[in-house]
Amino acid sequence: MNRRLTSGLVAVTGLVAFLLLSPAFASGGGALSDVANNDISNIPSLQRGAGNFVNYCSGCHSAKYVRYNQLARDLQMPEDQVVRNLMFAAAKPTETMEIAMRPEDAQRWFGLVPPDLSLIARSRGPDYLYNFLRSFYLDPSRTTGVNNLMLPGASMPHVLATLQGTQRAVFSEAEVNGTVQHVFDKFEQVSPGTMTPAEYDEFVRDTVNFLDYIGEPVKAKRQSLGILVMAFLIVFLVLAYLLKREIWRDVR
Amino acid sequence: MSAAGTGAAAQGGRFARFIDWVDERFPLTAMMKEHVTEYYAAKSFNAWYVFGVLALLVLILQVVTGIYLTMSYKPSAEDAFASVEYIMRDVDWGWLIRYMHSTGASAFFIVVYLHMFRALMYGSYKSPRELLWVIGMLLYVALMAQAFTGYLLPWGQMSYWGAQVIVSLFGAIPVVGGAIVEWIRGDYFISDITLNRFFALHVIAVPLALMILAVVHILALHTTGSLNPDGIEIKKKKGPDGIPLDGVAFHPYHTAKDLVAIIIFAIVFCAVIFFAPDMGGYFLEHANFEPANMLKTPAHIAPVWYFTPFYAILRAVPSKGWGAFLMAMAIVMLFLLPWLDRCKVKSIRYRGWSWKIALTIFTVSFLALGYLGMQPVTPAYVYAARLFGILYFAFFLLMPLYTARERTKPVPDRVVYHGHH
Repeated sequence: MNRRLTSGLVAVTGLVAFLLLSPAFASGGGALSDVANNDISNIPSLQRGAGNFVNYCSGCHSAKYVRYNQLARDLQMPEDQVVRNLMFAAAKPTETMEIAMRPEDAQRWFGLVPPDLSLIARSRGPDYLYNFLRSFYLDPSRTTGVNNLMLPGASMPHVLATLQGTQRAVFSEAEVNGTVQHVFDKFEQVSPGTMTPAEYDEFVRDTVNFLDYIGEPVKAKRQSLGILVMAFLIVFLVLAYLLKREIWRDVR
Repeated sequence: MSAAGTGAAAQGGRFARFIDWVDERFPLTAMMKEHVTEYYAAKSFNAWYVFGVLALLVLILQVVTGIYLTMSYKPSAEDAFASVEYIMRDVDWGWLIRYMHSTGASAFFIVVYLHMFRALMYGSYKSPRELLWVIGMLLYVALMAQAFTGYLLPWGQMSYWGAQVIVSLFGAIPVVGGAIVEWIRGDYFISDITLNRFFALHVIAVPLALMILAVVHILALHTTGSLNPDGIEIKKKKGPDGIPLDGVAFHPYHTAKDLVAIIIFAIVFCAVIFFAPDMGGYFLEHANFEPANMLKTPAHIAPVWYFTPFYAILRAVPSKGWGAFLMAMAIVMLFLLPWLDRCKVKSIRYRGWSWKIALTIFTVSFLALGYLGMQPVTPAYVYAARLFGILYFAFFLLMPLYTARERTKPVPDRVVYHGHH
């Protein structure tokens, strides 16, 4: 019996492992594959990320499912501090992070409405966002003057250029499947920004961390609660097994 | 029955008298005995025999969490996506209820597939259990309808485009196909109207069918009796008390065992809910965190994993009409299983090597098709899907031949049971 139970468990575990280990995110056709390495339990990083988001993103991008008072709670900031430092586009802390730009205007100015970012980390993944924000390069053929390696033809201008500076993408020619293609080689700094590359990476990591958090504000609580649930179930399992053994004792 | 009534009354007490009062008006004690305390199933059940109970557990879980979700969900194209996020962020414990429901959908298919595989291994579909198997297959089809209609409700990109692809399959039906597609959608494209009717189907029609079929499935099971890993009818060997010699009562024996299984299941289930609720994009697809946009087709549309074996068959066929036909036939074949298998021996333990090989090939093909159905279309993958698709159908179509004169082993009189220590 035990052997059979074990083999059954192995089958179930194998299935779960197969599902877990399979590639998580389809590649976005980009050339950077750095890992964001962000940590949603790092509250100072989330606070900096919230500042970055409000200062640099929320001019155009809403986060319309995120409430200011929940930010205050989760990011361990007094509500009045959130009101003073983060809440520029709302009247009450119970409101969500909407923006003033009208979709019709956005459509006219950028050719598309900038997406709401509440769930961008869940649809794209933090690593993609981390690479995206570090992949703007000069491209005079674009109306914004820049292109993006992760999202070729992106309509978004490089709003962080003052921080990062500008960079040029170097491509090399390589043969892929019998055809000659341009393959990304490296970035070359053209003009410096106010941050060093390392500082800029850290800035992006904080911002992505914040986006990861707003994608699922309950994530940290979910994981810590999960450990308690597991502990309970394991105790319950031991008791249930002892009960089962007692009841089956007389079965021959 | 009356003996039970007087027995309970003899012990006295207000509760016993109440039960007697009920028994005179409703067969409560009789039903408890027939289906629980005096329903005998083989003592030699192994771990493969827990998935029926787990399927029932997940069904109840889906109904209960579904009721709570319905309290906050808004079935309209305008509000659906936002209402799901409202549940995830603003409703107290809404995230937990929602993850239980979304994980429950995948868990349902996992336990049902394992339950069906158990039936294949031990011959649970064979005479006299043909009807039990057919009712089970109807449950499986209802479950697919439930999963499909439910998947549209969050109104994400994959909800929308997945529904678009699957509904359009009905267009492959000759002559009336176009009209049927319009009838299903209630519109010329997947729209607010479609969402509303899918909501109605998902919260009333299909769950009702599932509940009724589940009861009918259990009634049929309790008529024939449960089989066992040896494929032996335990009813044929009864003691002087009329109780099968190899059987033990469902309660307390099997319930005690099932409780252990339920907790092991709960550990795996909660591990997903609390630590990987989207399961790397397999339980909750990444693209579904973007609201439905009918002007923007996703680059790669794939159904959720539990449909992918059939999706792979669909894509492997160059003509859409034949693809849809073969996809439907892949499910019809399963219905016919009791009549395709001609071997008298039930359990794989005593069946011939030809069956063991065939079942292995079938299992590998099903898993391979499931994998291929998730992948983007490339020529190599299409050829692989064709190969495994042919093997899938060969398993069924050649079955009358390779099972007719199988070299089976002698089946023992009594179940093989070594005890539990």
